[in-house]
Amino acid sequence: MDTFIQLTLSGLSNGMVYALVAVGFVVVFKASDVINFAQGEFLMFGAYLCFAFIAQFGLPWSLSVVLAVAGCAGLGLLVERLVLRPLIGEPVISMIMATIGLSSVMKALVNGIWGPRPRAFPSFLPEGNIEIGGAVLGLDRVLVVVVAGLLLFVLQWFFKTTREGIAMRAIADDNQAALSMGISIRRVLAVAWALAAVTAALGGMMLANMVGVGQEVSHVGLRVFPVVILGGLDSIPGAIVGGAIIGLLEQYTGGYIGHGLNMIVPFLVLILVLMIRPYGLFGKRIIERV
Amino acid sequence: MRSGVFFEKYSEEMALRPYPLQRMRLGLFALAVVIFPFIASPYWLSLANQVAIATVGALGLNLLVGYTGQISLGQGAFLAIGAYGSGLLTLRMDLPFWLSIPIAGLITAAAGLIIGLPSLRLKGLYLAIATLAAQQIVEWVITHWTWLTGGTEALVIPSPKLFGFRLDRDFNFYWFGVATAALAALFVANLMRSRVGRSFVAIRDQDIAAGALGVNVFRTKLVAFATSSFLVGITGALIAHYRTIITWERFTLDTSITYLAMIIVGGLGTINGSFFGATLIVLLPALINSVGQSLQTTVPAAARILPFVQQGAFGLIIILFLVLEPEGLAKLWRNIKDQFKVWPFSY
Repeated sequence: MDTFIQLTLSGLSNGMVYALVAVGFVVVFKASDVINFAQGEFLMFGAYLCFAFIAQFGLPWSLSVVLAVAGCAGLGLLVERLVLRPLIGEPVISMIMATIGLSSVMKALVNGIWGPRPRAFPSFLPEGNIEIGGAVLGLDRVLVVVVAGLLLFVLQWFFKTTREGIAMRAIADDNQAALSMGISIRRVLAVAWALAAVTAALGGMMLANMVGVGQEVSHVGLRVFPVVILGGLDSIPGAIVGGAIIGLLEQYTGGYIGHGLNMIVPFLVLILVLMIRPYGLFGKRIIERV
Repeated sequence: MRSGVFFEKYSEEMALRPYPLQRMRLGLFALAVVIFPFIASPYWLSLANQVAIATVGALGLNLLVGYTGQISLGQGAFLAIGAYGSGLLTLRMDLPFWLSIPIAGLITAAAGLIIGLPSLRLKGLYLAIATLAAQQIVEWVITHWTWLTGGTEALVIPSPKLFGFRLDRDFNFYWFGVATAALAALFVANLMRSRVGRSFVAIRDQDIAAGALGVNVFRTKLVAFATSSFLVGITGALIAHYRTIITWERFTLDTSITYLAMIIVGGLGTINGSFFGATLIVLLPALINSVGQSLQTTVPAAARILPFVQQGAFGLIIILFLVLEPEGLAKLWRNIKDQFKVWPFSY
């Protein structure tokens, strides 16, 4: 029973990190129907920026976090302006390859500046453990769950009530109708990319707190695909539920079956979902299909 | 200057290269290919072999992505199935490699049918993600099916022999590699002129319209997956026999991305583009490497950042082509030809 609780707790906390990363996908997809294959690299970039501000410039961590988030937002804007905007209206393959190319460039930049070796992250989250029902959970993980929950709540509010958020949904729904209503697609897309970069920066820093800064941080970008597909590519609650389910599934298969099966189960789920319910648990039902 | 097209016989119209100029260019290219190994250094010869192998793979991927419009991130998985298939056939069953390569192609085609199944329901982005998942699953199977594939250990296979010649040297392998690439190009060129090939393109352009015109969309998509995987499986087998050592690291998602980059940079849905793209993407790291080596004496830091420059250049070249010339090198080549054709007028 103890193992079960332990697995559940770590599964859920992993799931919240996944959800945090997945939201970055969702925001961009909601606004522009583009899947950002460089999301993992955005995470890595955010983590390294924060690392640089704390460890190399010696700034206090609160200021570093703000600066890293701002830096990532700037990068998001830059990327949207230079790479994605010229490609508006191009086929899906171009969008996919553009973000893949981007991920390669960002990896090269990070490696060139900070070197390929993973580094210890100057941890700023509180250390220590708490016990829940006989199982131990690190305080940093609890904090991650809280921050992720808060952020997802804010984003949900943003999409439901603010002007920009509604404009974003309008554009995702119908480009031309949105344009004729006086919505600037460029502006909204820029906001979406900045927002995605900001969530990625926050997620990257949280992740770096737990595993250190290195290339591993960017691998999470790929591992999150099952989460977004399961939850629905355009749904923020879907990201949370999907993250929790995938996180739990990974922990249970890892804990009870083993053989490294936990690496692959999310992808089996992904294919299953795509075959049965391609729009996921909470996604809009209109998807491109044959 | 050519002023018009005047065919007098049907055979002329049916020819793959109807114009004398085209035949001349092809002849010159063939001549260069034949002379090349006698004057090239071993280093360049090995690069040429890699280009020949990559061309077959790019042709296969282009068949699926460029001509049929089905985005696949599973190229690495197909290559792996071909490589391990052919390698294990020669190693465990003592088949000669000229037999094991086509069998590996067939095995990969069967796998392609299975991995292509989601394409019956999905397209675009969703298909890309499904093939991404297939790639991860195949990778996992290969590293965990230890008694068959040796898991994460490298699999060493005997060097191939053909007509008594050992193909363990780059010079000997070159002829085999180039012949395979030429056959593959001929195959794709002829396939795309056939009814099946035309229906591939119809599905890419508008699947619903293609269905309305009597193309069996489901079957054609599966045929595209199978044919493409056949070529890619052969590529994997070629890689296995060229290296005589198979490791799973050669067939990761990065490999899929490299091949996608080849056809994007070369030109989607073109045959010469597959060759141009394969050449550029294979040579790019080598070129950067040689520039870095020569800079090393003046800039000592060059060697340290070299791998990152290669990685960055790879990404940058994809983005630049997508933004500036989405139709790739094949379009640039066509522009050059047009320039000569209409000279001295501007258009």
